[in-house]
Amino acid sequence: MNKAIEVKDLVKTYGSGETAVHALKKVDLNVFEGELLLLLGASGSGKTTLISIIGGILSATSGSCKIRGTEIVGLPQSKLPKVRLDNIGFIFQGFNLFPALTAQENVEITLDLKGIKGRKAKRKSTELLERVGLGDKLKSHPSDLSGGQKQRVAIARALAGEPHIILADEPTAALDSESGKLIMDLLQELAHEQKRSIVVVTHDNRIFDYADRIVEIEDGRIQDAETEKHGDGESLHIPTEMIEQGANA
Amino acid sequence: MPSLALKNLFYDKVRLAVTLVGIIFSVVLSSVQLGLFVGFQRATSDILFYSNADLWITSENVTHAEDGVPFSEKKLYKVLGSPDVERVEKQIVQFANWKKPNGADTGILLVGGNLDGGMGVPFKIVRGNIEDLNKPDAVMVEELYADKLGVSEIGETVEIGGFRAEVVGFTRGVRSFTTSPPVFTTFKNAQNFFGLPEDQTLYLVVRAKEGAELQALKTDLKNRVSNVDVYTRMEWTNKQRNYWMFGTGAGITVLIAAALGLLVGVVVVAQTIYAATVDHIKEYGTLKAMGATNFYLYKVIITQAFLSGLIGYAIGMSIALVVSYISQQGTTAIILPWQLVLALFGLTMIMCIGASVVSINKVTRIDPAMVFKG
Repeated sequence: MNKAIEVKDLVKTYGSGETAVHALKKVDLNVFEGELLLLLGASGSGKTTLISIIGGILSATSGSCKIRGTEIVGLPQSKLPKVRLDNIGFIFQGFNLFPALTAQENVEITLDLKGIKGRKAKRKSTELLERVGLGDKLKSHPSDLSGGQKQRVAIARALAGEPHIILADEPTAALDSESGKLIMDLLQELAHEQKRSIVVVTHDNRIFDYADRIVEIEDGRIQDAETEKHGDGESLHIPTEMIEQGANA
Repeated sequence: MPSLALKNLFYDKVRLAVTLVGIIFSVVLSSVQLGLFVGFQRATSDILFYSNADLWITSENVTHAEDGVPFSEKKLYKVLGSPDVERVEKQIVQFANWKKPNGADTGILLVGGNLDGGMGVPFKIVRGNIEDLNKPDAVMVEELYADKLGVSEIGETVEIGGFRAEVVGFTRGVRSFTTSPPVFTTFKNAQNFFGLPEDQTLYLVVRAKEGAELQALKTDLKNRVSNVDVYTRMEWTNKQRNYWMFGTGAGITVLIAAALGLLVGVVVVAQTIYAATVDHIKEYGTLKAMGATNFYLYKVIITQAFLSGLIGYAIGMSIALVVSYISQQGTTAIILPWQLVLALFGLTMIMCIGASVVSINKVTRIDPAMVFKG
């Protein structure tokens, strides 16, 4: 399998001297094409920092992070938007839709960034929204949509750029179980059928079953990374603590 | 492309209203204060500015028009000796005492010129004929101060400096910076009212021959006539303005008020736009995460600020122009020349765009956790 994301010895330190905070301490992580990976970790463990660096939003202190073979650590800030635009789609816990725009216009924003405008943009945004089951909500504003519908618009928006990698931050946290299931079905389909690499940061034990692999990050270090793999007959590894948390939930 | 800037602006009507109120308040405040400054500045000097003379000759070291020092009228003939002079007339501008028909006293600014010369004579006449000023004791009064002077009709008689005077007409819009309204008459009448000796004058007003170079003529007259200062009309106007605006406490007060008005306006606009931009910071952070370049973000943010500024300015300036029009029906005029209207437009837009650009720094320094967390 090809590696879509290749992280090696990644270090991120905020501040310096005695007040320095070491958010990531030599993290190694690979994410493969067509894989749905769950990234678990307590608050402050470094998972948001990690996907921020993978997403090209935050600079690493040292180490390597390759996105489909392109090294992004040390890449000038001016080059990062194109890396993001060409490779990465984001899905946020709070949806981050533009409230002033309709569902269709929210999707068109990504297309606009890619230089796709006019009728072509309309047609494509319609197709994408139909694909996530919102063909009848093209003209609805986010305030008129349910949480699940908003997240589906966000997925359509992320897909509009045809990214190879999707980084999803707590995509189901604000949703009821049915909506969460629908979203995870969609993400799983994108990973397995369209061979996109999907990294989901989550605390939501309801979605563990969707994972091809679960990785836990703790105190800036990956625990049990790449020890178990799903697919190709390999078994799924879930950290014991998370199973206990799930059982207690 | 869905115009994010335009849609953002009009989506939240309350936020739009708050932004616009800030800009409108600032435009009206700045316009009114600066318009008052211009109005006062003109009130100090309109009599000189509209004198229709090319040059003014004063006694040496006269600081302002109301402070004229008498000199011999013989100097008029020396001025006439210059080949570039077409006409010279004697002129009086001086404070005098006006006794109303009911017997009460008030101060006036007496302006006396020779009607034949067409210099230093009444302008903006709305009632009566200028030729009627040739009648003995005839005066023209500024309508805006008619109540203060206790007259309302042509033919009414008053006293100036103890001499009888008859109102033969009214001007409209010739204001005074001081509490003394302008009253026009002929040089001869003014000489009587003021009690100036027959062979004396306070000023000489000069019309140059066509094509004459005024600075050269000024030098020539300064050489020909001793103990006088010679000014072009604009030099004399500016000297008068500077005296009243900067040499007296009254002018400084107006100036400080105008400067404060402008400053408060600038701060309000900057703060309003900054707040409006920062309100959308998460959206800009999301756009950035999606792969928008800084140029794309700047375009959205600046367009939004530009549109806010444009709408706010249009409404604010419309209000200011109405206020200006109403004020010009009274003695304290708020005057908004087109140059000021244009400058305020530029300033408003610069402030709006400037404030939005400053807030862009927040977008470039955005904490990624802010984008990722709900």
